[in-house]
Amino acid sequence: MKTWNNKAWFMVLPVLALVAFSAVIPLMTVVNYSVQDTFGNNVFFWAGTEWFEEVLASDRFWAAMGRNLAFSAIILAIEVPLGIFIALNMPRRGWGVPVCLVFMALPLLIPFNVVGTIWQVFGRIDIGLLGRGLYALGLDYNYVNDPIDAWVTIILMDVWHWTSLVVLLCYAGLVSIPDAYYQAAKIDGASRWAVFRYIQLPKMHRVLLIAILLRFMDSFMIYTEPFVLTGGGPGNTTTFLSIDLVKLAIGEFNLGEAAAMSIIYFLIILLMSWVFYTVMTNYGTEKG
Amino acid sequence: MARIELNHIRHSYLPEPKSDADYALKRVQHTFEDGGAYALLGPSGCGKTTLLNIISGLVHASEGRLLFDGRDVTALPTEARNIAQVFQFPVVYDTMTVYDNLAFPLRNRRVPEDLVDRRVREILAMTGLEHRARRKAQGLTADEKQKISLGRGLARSDVSAILFDEPLTVIDPHMKWALRTQLKELHHRFGHTMVYVTHDQTEALTFADTVVVMFEGEIVQIGTPEELFERPRHTFVGYFIGSPGMNLLPAAIDGAAARVGGQSIALPGRPGPLAGQRIELGIRPEFVRLGRQGMPVAISKVEDIGRKKIVHAELEGQAIAAIIGEDAEVPAEPHVIFDPAHLNLYADSWRVDMEGRP
Amino acid sequence: MLELKNVTKRVGAETHIEDVSLALAHGTLNVLLGPTLSGKTTLMRLMAGLETPTSGSVWFDGADLTGVPVQRRNVAMVYQQFINYPSMTVYENIASPLRVTGADRTTIDREVRKAAELLRLTSYLDRMPLELSGGQQQRTALARAIVRNAKLVLLDEPLANLDYKLREELREELPRIFAQSGAIFVYATTEPSEALLLGGNTATLSQGRVTQFGPTIEVFRRPIDLLTARTFADPPLNTIVLRKNGASFQLDGGVDLPVPAALSGIPDGPYTIGFQPHHLSLEPATADAVPVGAKVVVTEITGSESFVHLSFADARWVMLAPGVHIFEPDERIEVFIDTRHVMVFDQAGRSVSAVARRAA
Repeated sequence: MKTWNNKAWFMVLPVLALVAFSAVIPLMTVVNYSVQDTFGNNVFFWAGTEWFEEVLASDRFWAAMGRNLAFSAIILAIEVPLGIFIALNMPRRGWGVPVCLVFMALPLLIPFNVVGTIWQVFGRIDIGLLGRGLYALGLDYNYVNDPIDAWVTIILMDVWHWTSLVVLLCYAGLVSIPDAYYQAAKIDGASRWAVFRYIQLPKMHRVLLIAILLRFMDSFMIYTEPFVLTGGGPGNTTTFLSIDLVKLAIGEFNLGEAAAMSIIYFLIILLMSWVFYTVMTNYGTEKG
Repeated sequence: MARIELNHIRHSYLPEPKSDADYALKRVQHTFEDGGAYALLGPSGCGKTTLLNIISGLVHASEGRLLFDGRDVTALPTEARNIAQVFQFPVVYDTMTVYDNLAFPLRNRRVPEDLVDRRVREILAMTGLEHRARRKAQGLTADEKQKISLGRGLARSDVSAILFDEPLTVIDPHMKWALRTQLKELHHRFGHTMVYVTHDQTEALTFADTVVVMFEGEIVQIGTPEELFERPRHTFVGYFIGSPGMNLLPAAIDGAAARVGGQSIALPGRPGPLAGQRIELGIRPEFVRLGRQGMPVAISKVEDIGRKKIVHAELEGQAIAAIIGEDAEVPAEPHVIFDPAHLNLYADSWRVDMEGRP
Repeated sequence: MLELKNVTKRVGAETHIEDVSLALAHGTLNVLLGPTLSGKTTLMRLMAGLETPTSGSVWFDGADLTGVPVQRRNVAMVYQQFINYPSMTVYENIASPLRVTGADRTTIDREVRKAAELLRLTSYLDRMPLELSGGQQQRTALARAIVRNAKLVLLDEPLANLDYKLREELREELPRIFAQSGAIFVYATTEPSEALLLGGNTATLSQGRVTQFGPTIEVFRRPIDLLTARTFADPPLNTIVLRKNGASFQLDGGVDLPVPAALSGIPDGPYTIGFQPHHLSLEPATADAVPVGAKVVVTEITGSESFVHLSFADARWVMLAPGVHIFEPDERIEVFIDTRHVMVFDQAGRSVSAVARRAA
């Protein structure tokens, strides 16, 4: 039995206050906007669920949503196997370890908008190394005009930026495996694949789920990098939910619809996180 | 099953070993006969696990050659050596069932599934894990996990040798007895060459027909449990085997007698010339007779450890231990006699032969 | 004095400790002996205040400490793993608990050197823990526990990770160290031989219950029930169920064991007879030793002694015989039970010898 010590609540009070100011109050403002309509002058009318219905019925919303899901699926499909692969091939002892770790951590230290800018310049066909290089190879590459090129660039950029996170988490899982396991596997005549399947993967599964969860949430909320790189273009081909939301709220000043949309967006992320979390914890206890 | 020859094996974990001290194993020359039960006994850091790993190929020796039935396997990787090894801490494949764990080494070698099934059922019965067969290995107790590790080691019937690296460390005392006798029975039944590494003398002596005692990277004595107990070649063996270890008393030689302080103790024979060497007389506590006759001693402590008593005493200013029976009493004016048949003489820590006795 | 009064600890539906009452005096060494998961560690955590009992109370020197957290008790703990601060020297490691209390420099120095002397660490004070052998690392941890003058020192299988010989040496020294400190020592182990070497008092544990508590040798020689006798036997206790019929315990076609005079009053019926492996011998120890024909399963030789595993009727026995004896498996041999040391238990597992003793 735990002894209840009520003093502890006083300790968390400041945090609760902070959360209230930074999250709950803005969130309530958004809720407020989402159920009202205004024609300016701070005059509001009750709109009920009208905005929500409008958002859910709009093709534009579903198109952006589709792009988001596609984007998350693609980067997970690339970053997770790639991250595992790199982690498996990193040295486990010796001078190579710190070198690899620092090298891997570098992209994670760069601010999001700088990443966008780097790739924006990198991919330009007039002065960028990548753009010029591909052009010189005779490839018709232009992320400003070609939707596929734009997607490829954004995906490349995300992979470059975030694969390290998967690598570091997997690596942490891998180094916790005692040597005896690898020795036993050798004695048992296990193949390289069997070692991965029965020793390394089981030891990585927890950190891997955390990596997937983090990468999914992050990629689903992606905003800064594509905004800096393509601004959502060409056309609307790289307009993700978050970019659309900003266009709606600031570009078109459609506050009600934007508020409804952000609440839907928020609920989706909440739901997804909950699903991941449940899967993750259940997966652990079922075998624990 | 195979005969394992270690030919001038030396090993260092350093890239460029210079002196002898850089070697974890210094000059090992030994043959494990086909079907023998061997123990490698020594304190931690004596090189016993290194030697085991050299046999299994987990470590490749810096120098020397390794032969299995006369075939040079020095350069072969572990997988190609057909060796089974059980480690100190249980290694189980968490996501597999107990059954699949035991089948793993067989399936990896493409043994037909009906043979796998028959063998796994045998092992399950042997280790008493039948009721766990379909359970995931994760979540079992340490005892059960180690039984799985042992079982995986025993699964293949055609192995050259089965190596054990302190396999009973995590097991409760009662279970230790059961598992150890089971191993011994298995050895009788199947006749595998078995090499068992441990720091626990009881485990080593009871398991093996031949015990190899190691100290600081060298083999100090190879012998039957009886030889190690009766005639330790080196004072380290005398100390390490037996509890308490052998009493060692600084002595001087006087013809066919040893002088310890003011006492003269008759030796069973006359040792050769030993001028300038450090002489010690060795006698096991089991062979120190406590009574009313002999050399006077002062008792400092009597430990009643149940089935016997350990008497700590001083003889001529030297601490000695004697073992007496559980019902025996310590006499009022205690004296000791050393059983002459069990006296050993050491010069610079190595045993000296005395004339008239091998 | 540390007192546990009817302490029970449940976690969910599982009972970890069931109705334990113990009183441990200052300056004593108390061994908790039992197999893995018998509740030794939980009991220690309850004593330390790392856990609160579900019911019952913990008293120290007449004050109720139930629910008082560990930080406010004067308790030291040593674990199976060697736990030291890796970046501090041995000196600083030993000094660390004193620094927390704000002792002055000279006191710290004096106390550290005293503890180091006691544990033979004086020449290693400037070393880092990881440069030391396992035995020295555990000595450092012990010194840290002792230096702070804790009133209660809990040792949870402190020697389990050490080499056999090192264990033997420390085991011999520990009673001396304990005697000098005056604290209450509690020492958990799974090994009966360790309890016997340490001496002091022993509480045998089985499935969360204390089955017996008393002077170690007393508990070993005169267990009050079969469970205690089994817990406190290494090699395992030999047992067989026999039927008392008048003046002897019998098994059809096998044994005929005279009933000891002290037990002549007990009713006829089935009893479990228990005896230690060294009370089975190849030669009769006394004139009235009882011969039994048994079959050899396997023989283990230690050089000075032989463990002969036998099967008799449906029982498995171990005989510990001095000297080297080699038998072939399945060989039939005659062995003798030393009747002076036989223990008799009724069908409920209670020792009838203990009952008879109490009546006498």
